[in-house]
Amino acid sequence: MADELELAFERTVQAEARIEPRDWMPDGYRKTLIRQIAQHAHSEIIGMQPEGNWISRAPSLRRKAILLAKVQDEAGHGLYLYSATETLGADRADLTDKLIEGRQKYSSIFNYPTLTFADVGVIGWLVDGAAICNQVPLCRTSYGPYARAMIRVCKEESFHQRQGYELLMTMMRGTQAQRDMVQDSVNRWWWPSLMMFGPPDSESSNTEQSMAWRIKRNTNDELRQKFVDMTVPQAEKLGVTLPDPLLKWNEERGHHDFGQPDWDEFWQVVKGNGVCNEQRLAHRRKAHEDGAWVREAAEAYAAKQVKEGVA
Amino acid sequence: MSTSWPLWEVFVRGKRGLNHVHVGSLHAPDAEMALRNARDVYTRRNEGVSIWVVKADDITASSPDEKDPFFSPSGDKVYRHPTFYSIPEDVPHL
Ligand SMILES: [Fe+2]
Ligand SMILES: [Fe+2]
Repeated sequence: MADELELAFERTVQAEARIEPRDWMPDGYRKTLIRQIAQHAHSEIIGMQPEGNWISRAPSLRRKAILLAKVQDEAGHGLYLYSATETLGADRADLTDKLIEGRQKYSSIFNYPTLTFADVGVIGWLVDGAAICNQVPLCRTSYGPYARAMIRVCKEESFHQRQGYELLMTMMRGTQAQRDMVQDSVNRWWWPSLMMFGPPDSESSNTEQSMAWRIKRNTNDELRQKFVDMTVPQAEKLGVTLPDPLLKWNEERGHHDFGQPDWDEFWQVVKGNGVCNEQRLAHRRKAHEDGAWVREAAEAYAAKQVKEGVA
Repeated sequence: MSTSWPLWEVFVRGKRGLNHVHVGSLHAPDAEMALRNARDVYTRRNEGVSIWVVKADDITASSPDEKDPFFSPSGDKVYRHPTFYSIPEDVPHL
């Protein structure tokens, strides 16, 4: 019987059909998905902080409204994804606990500080750009609720990337000081953006099984290459330099050659030693604790309505 | 920590003339709050003209394991489909 179920599962996956919540699935598949989707959700939620940092200091009402909408979208992305984990039997409150107790990770990119307003533009362009590269193939991931969440997310991401690029174009048309600010920001975010695709394939332990289950559709290195190829002409148009002396077009491969990020730094940040790790978690924990009375009040109100027969 | 808010499934009618379609779920203390949250989470860009929220516990679903017997009543009724009937090609508008 178990073999039959497993066979049916594999056949569904091989046929590019979707696995749905009430289907039988291998334990490992369920666990891998919960871990991956939860980490993804946490990243969206923590990802609100670096840019949220600039909402009150945005230089115009227009930029403030855009930034608010973008940060609100990221909250939405987190919620779509938590919703997907619950279809696998995870508990949202438990995942929040795991995040604020540091037992589950989020993308290390959000542990870098946003020092200038140009960072808002560069995050939209490079960080959301890298996220799009990662997420577009996930629209075809084998687990239905995850794939559907990704489709919603991807639709919204293109606004994120375009507003960032437009912000940078505006700054590049400004003063020399503004152009320098953009270049400085690109210099700081380029390598961490490349790290968003994860360690090189040769060191990535989960890739093979995830590819077989069609959770993952491309390897880390494939996606990184795609991102570099997409970004180079955008940087040229913008008039900024990408800070990699090894970056150049390789006619034979039909791709750009490029240098490797500092993987020691990557692992340091993953382990919690990045510039902002502590601050990000402390902020999330405080928001959660400060919200406790609101959750309790809403619950008490709902209970009272039921008692009085209103609801 | 207080976390006993129930889970609600959210259905959105994209525009007039379409059915409500399931879009995801959220937690809320009551139906009213579930609706408000659903608006903010699932319709930030005019994705809907109407929202339903239903407590997840109140949904009864068929399970895929029982798929064959459960859906078999319709499986052998091919005459429910228009392609069951052959009509000469020169009969218009049919
Ligand atoms: Fe996002
Ligand atoms: Fe985004």
